[in-house]
Amino acid sequence: MNNTYDVIIIGGGATGAGIARDCSLRGLKALLLERSDISTGATGRNHGLLHSGARYAVTDHESAVECIKENMILRKIAAHCVEETDGLFISLPEDGLEYQATFVDACRNAGIRAEIIDPKEALRIEPAANPALIGAVRVPDGAIDPFRLTSSNILDAKAHGAEIHTYTEVTELIREQDRITGVKAFDYRTRSEVSYYAQVVINAGGIWGHGIAAKVGITINMLPAKGALLIFGHRVNNHVLNRCRKPADADILVPGDTISLIGTTSSKVPFSEIDNMTVTPEEVDILLREGEKLSPRLAYTRILRAYAGVRPLVASDDDPSGRTVSRGIVLLDHATRDGMEGFITITGGKLMTYRLMAEWATDLACRKIGVSEKCRTATTPLPGSNESRKEVDKKTRNIPLAQRRSLIARHGDLATKIDDKNHFKNSLVCECEEVSTGEVEYALENLAVNNLIDLRRRTRVGMGTCQGELCACRAAGIMGRRSPVCAKKAKADLAAFLNERWKGMEPIAWGDTLRESEYTTWIYEGVCGLSDETEKTSAQ
Amino acid sequence: MIFDTVIIGGGLAGMVCGIRLAEAGKRCAIVSQGQSAIHFSSGSFELLGRLPDGTAVSDPVEAMDRLREISPEHPYSVLGRQRCEQYAMQVPDLLRAADIPVSGDCRKNHFRITPMGKATPAWLTIRGYLTTEEPEQLPFGKACIINVDGFLDFYPEFIAEEFARHGVACSFGSVNLPDLEKIRKNPSEMRSTNIARVFDHEENLEVLAAKIRECRKECDALILPAIIGLNRNDSLEILKSKVDIPIYLLPTLPPSIPGIKAQQALQHRFRSLGGEYFLGDTVVSANMENGSVKEIFTVNHGNIPFRADNFVLATGSFFSKGLVATPDAIREPVFDADTVFVPERKNWYSMRFFDRHNYQSFGVRTDTELHVVKGDKAIGNLYCIGAGLAGFNPVHDGCGAGVSILSAMYVADRILKGE
Repeated sequence: MNNTYDVIIIGGGATGAGIARDCSLRGLKALLLERSDISTGATGRNHGLLHSGARYAVTDHESAVECIKENMILRKIAAHCVEETDGLFISLPEDGLEYQATFVDACRNAGIRAEIIDPKEALRIEPAANPALIGAVRVPDGAIDPFRLTSSNILDAKAHGAEIHTYTEVTELIREQDRITGVKAFDYRTRSEVSYYAQVVINAGGIWGHGIAAKVGITINMLPAKGALLIFGHRVNNHVLNRCRKPADADILVPGDTISLIGTTSSKVPFSEIDNMTVTPEEVDILLREGEKLSPRLAYTRILRAYAGVRPLVASDDDPSGRTVSRGIVLLDHATRDGMEGFITITGGKLMTYRLMAEWATDLACRKIGVSEKCRTATTPLPGSNESRKEVDKKTRNIPLAQRRSLIARHGDLATKIDDKNHFKNSLVCECEEVSTGEVEYALENLAVNNLIDLRRRTRVGMGTCQGELCACRAAGIMGRRSPVCAKKAKADLAAFLNERWKGMEPIAWGDTLRESEYTTWIYEGVCGLSDETEKTSAQ
Repeated sequence: MIFDTVIIGGGLAGMVCGIRLAEAGKRCAIVSQGQSAIHFSSGSFELLGRLPDGTAVSDPVEAMDRLREISPEHPYSVLGRQRCEQYAMQVPDLLRAADIPVSGDCRKNHFRITPMGKATPAWLTIRGYLTTEEPEQLPFGKACIINVDGFLDFYPEFIAEEFARHGVACSFGSVNLPDLEKIRKNPSEMRSTNIARVFDHEENLEVLAAKIRECRKECDALILPAIIGLNRNDSLEILKSKVDIPIYLLPTLPPSIPGIKAQQALQHRFRSLGGEYFLGDTVVSANMENGSVKEIFTVNHGNIPFRADNFVLATGSFFSKGLVATPDAIREPVFDADTVFVPERKNWYSMRFFDRHNYQSFGVRTDTELHVVKGDKAIGNLYCIGAGLAGFNPVHDGCGAGVSILSAMYVADRILKGE
């Protein structure tokens, strides 16, 4: 039967995508179901920090060790998603230098390279750092693009036979006595309900995994922890900046592509809010206040947008009060834990350990199915990371320089697949992020793009300083070329895209951000005559 | 430098005010930073498209009665219906005198067609651009929409989708030229102004005409993006003389050719009347004396003051930095004038992009004669006009151009009568 698989994975974040890849590399027939687009949950709403583990070295040795191991693996298998920036843990006068010695010891115990450097040297290599710093430790932190990473895992999973259904929400787990045998899901695109069957169903739904398990009466003691972040309009720093003190709010500043981002706050939120995260003015204040201590330049750097994610923190099973919360990986075999066969939950963890989480979950699935194939994801490069940037650069000489660099940064060796045969294809859709017509068409054809917001995740269209002022319209135009149905949908998409962008701008809409919003209103509502009605009538 | 009046801001409001004063023989200066909202306007001017409660407006002048009840702080309410009508009647001639050929009626909105194919209420539209009397009645049954190959700021498919709802079938055509190939080599150059420069050459217009003749068979009207006539006024006439089919222009995404042309035409008109237009200059400070503005200083002119009997603040809203939003207040940067806004940032916005947002109607505090208020006192020789005024929502209510023009005419009149 067509709808029978070895494994069904619920959730299209980094972990789910990693499991789909791992399963398919081991020869399992895998199906991934995601209710929205890939990387829309916590995966796409964090720092994009390639943790060295240093941050956890003092408080959580085990997590630190996991981090540094995965850090080294990702540099190899996901080279095109990683920027090897290194990080500085700076001590400010108010922090004192006491913590530094403890910190360095703990790092070294965990196998993390940690060199103390002179404050002057620190400011020379990172001029954006607070000049008041009294100490600095250099560690192998870096930046990682979670969208690219997830997309790349998906591409490889598909290449090895996995099926990926986005915009398909699991509505029910199919249960036969004490066994889960499949799921019922609603496909938002065809607006129909479908049943799928598998020997093992893996719940990789992040914080939403709580609700998925609850569908069959299983309780996982999860605590939704909201973390808010701010994105700045240009790349302020070139090293990841951390405070050398016990982890606290808003003390990591990460450079990534053309921007820098500061985060996070941390607050418990009720489950009723996890689908609608908005950043409050108070959170913006905390982020700015603390961020300026890392880099005073933030005080006069434009803020592009604010967003918040929800971490799935899990309280250990033997503590129902939820006080001992782990940031470590939690793998639950519901057969042994709850007497429910064929059902696994993988949660906790971090973006950094997505691959290891996938490995653990896939190992368990393999044991249940009786497959002895070993995991290869720690050594097999992801699509895009098979060739060095230099080699790809040689093969894409037709593309103008700045554009070529952005393309290679975004797609690694897959940049060679983008049509660059003529000037039409090189024509820029998005000037801020150097996205060409060719790249948009490539994404539409190969990367399962359903709408403009999906396209943004694949190409960065609309992520730059203008936040989609004109590029959104141009990209919608290209999407709309395909047929009258597409034109109707693309117009609705455009309205949805603007609403989505506004959500991120609203918390920080003063200064230039408000100017930009006013201009966007003039163009789309004024000149173009669009309205929310466009979204409603066209979506029908 | 000594003038009768110095106007700060060279957008629609500043220029209309300057033209009115210069027409009356006054020595006038406009200090302009550069771009204003006209640069990306649509080819139409709107007076009042909707009331704040969402009701569609058919007769803008008549609707001003109701507007006054709902929104007494609206500049139209402050000016009064009678005055608004009296000024509005004069605007077509004012624009035509500046070589901006418009048609329309302040007692009955028509509809302009947007780059997305939507029909939106308008007051005056520049000749050549597609308009309709009723939103659902297009003046043709079958249209061919022609675009320039690789031009990403015009959307034939979106327009066709919209037209199809009104029973108009569309076909598509595209045009390419060797001269366009040259621009295309640079990936960011295929924008309306560069393309328009290509079509300012008559031989290239001929290629476009040939393309139109080729598409002509399947349709009874032809739609072109506004990519002709940047530096000449006869492009559309030339095209029309070469083909036997009605041609309509539609605006594109910015930069807007009709907007740039309107800006240039107004500027030219002002200068030809003897006005002095200081382009690319920014006012940095002002000196007050006995509760009046004595002089202002600009970046380019250093310690040389601009002195005048009257000053007009026409610096616009946020985009043009006439208003500056900080995290907790709205400031007017030139005179530090009092501003109208609601306290606490969370009250400035609504959750959805297309909602009405309170910030859109924030602005400079004025008295009923549009004198700028500072420290609760009206400044006798300083007026505010245009988008920097408070109390109206230019986009949502479709009244941005109207407020700019009418407030400018009113203040020009006050200054003239003041003697």
